[in-house]
Amino acid sequence: MPSDPQTTSLNSPAFEFKSGVVTIPVLKLFSTDITAITQQLHEKIKQAPDFFTNSALLIDLQGVAKQEPNLALLVDAIRNAGMFPIGVRGATKEQQKIANELMLPGLSAYSSSKPQIVTKKETRLTSVAEQPEKTATTDIETTIITQPIRSGQRIYAKGDLIIIAQVSAGAEIMAEGNIHVYATLRGRVLAGVQGNENARIFCSDLQAELVSIAGNYRISEDITDPERNKPVQIYLNKQAIIIQTL
Amino acid sequence: MARIIVVTSGKGGVGKTTTSAAIAMGLAKKGFKTAVIDFDVGLRNLDLILGCERRVVYDFVNVINEEATLNQALIKDKRCNQLFILPASQTRDKDALTKEGVGRILEELSKTFKYIVCDSPAGIERGANLAMYYADDAFVVTNPEVASVRDSDRMLGILSSKSKRAENGEEPIKEYLLLSRYDPKRVKLGEMLSVEDVQDILSLHLLGVIPESKSVLNASNSGVPVILDETSDAGQSYLDIVDRYLGEDKPHRFVDEEKKGLFGRLFRSK
Repeated sequence: MPSDPQTTSLNSPAFEFKSGVVTIPVLKLFSTDITAITQQLHEKIKQAPDFFTNSALLIDLQGVAKQEPNLALLVDAIRNAGMFPIGVRGATKEQQKIANELMLPGLSAYSSSKPQIVTKKETRLTSVAEQPEKTATTDIETTIITQPIRSGQRIYAKGDLIIIAQVSAGAEIMAEGNIHVYATLRGRVLAGVQGNENARIFCSDLQAELVSIAGNYRISEDITDPERNKPVQIYLNKQAIIIQTL
Repeated sequence: MARIIVVTSGKGGVGKTTTSAAIAMGLAKKGFKTAVIDFDVGLRNLDLILGCERRVVYDFVNVINEEATLNQALIKDKRCNQLFILPASQTRDKDALTKEGVGRILEELSKTFKYIVCDSPAGIERGANLAMYYADDAFVVTNPEVASVRDSDRMLGILSSKSKRAENGEEPIKEYLLLSRYDPKRVKLGEMLSVEDVQDILSLHLLGVIPESKSVLNASNSGVPVILDETSDAGQSYLDIVDRYLGEDKPHRFVDEEKKGLFGRLFRSK
């Protein structure tokens, strides 16, 4: 595995690094009893041989981290059952060392045991990877509202906020992410309230009392006529609220 | 099961009680057994508008406190035997109303009545909240001016979030707009919001436009619901509203200025 893709950059590329998402079966261990595992594994495979035979498999050690499973025996058992273990996750340092000796890389687990050497390469790869990969893994909560937001109502969304109805004067809508209003926007609208300066506001008819992004705001009086009653997007440029008609 | 209608607005003086009396009488006249409840405890008015103020013995609060039965407190209208009035108490305040008590009374009324009209007090406090809490339908009475429209909008927000239906995640309250004290002449002069303006702000199903009319004040003073004055524009407008509520498709009237003929211009009677 070449560690530095940059060296090939002068010539025509012989390959490229891509980040991809593959679904593979994960073997989550609850026990370290190899005989029991072997027996149950064979039973499972019998139920769907086409699915399991020659399939890649990830070994998840999180459930048995404290029980010191015999990895070598386990890998043998899995190979004998006709599957290819391709890595472990949730391993302790010692377990990971053994796994590496068995040519099994550690893949990032969702908790505890810090990944080392092998996973460092992983992180470098992901930093090369495109943005979509990241957004696919981070939790973005989107709130969708289809009812009109009436005067006096307050809405707070942790992620993005999409409203497919009007927002009345005297209402207040806030989101830590972007805000979309696909109708008349008359109330106060605050995007990026936790300081996200990249947050934007979109609406199909701007009549807002106040627009704000990451604490920077413009009141209704400062919204000019060419921007008013128009479909617009609102974003931040060097601490200045920019309203752009769409 | 009865259908519970709340007549509400947020703002005061827009015509809630007039509307409650008219709608209740209209539904009763159609043959539906209808009860109308005055939730404006301490500022009792509905009995005056319906002309039964001299027959009040027990009231809403008495029934809530179980000092009287529902049958003792309900007043039967003299003009229409399908209409019953539950008057408010004049000597108490809104704190005398309890959620459980109101719920119990509405449930009991639901057994025998087809429609229950709740006349909400102004404001967004206890009285108004309890009036709308159990409602199935809401008649939002709005005057064509900005303050009233905004208060109605606020009330609509409360209807959609604090009612029993909202709390239980049931089908939301059906909301209808009643635009009252409408004067097409002043709309034309730009002194008043038009139907379109109000609709644009509230985006609500318009059930009817009630024109500003002298007949309303006359009716109130004489204790006859204006809907019984079938020659008046306001009375006809309420008749239309009841028909539309019951599912009839009727064109809206009184929205545009009446074109007066030569004689009308010569003899301006009204």
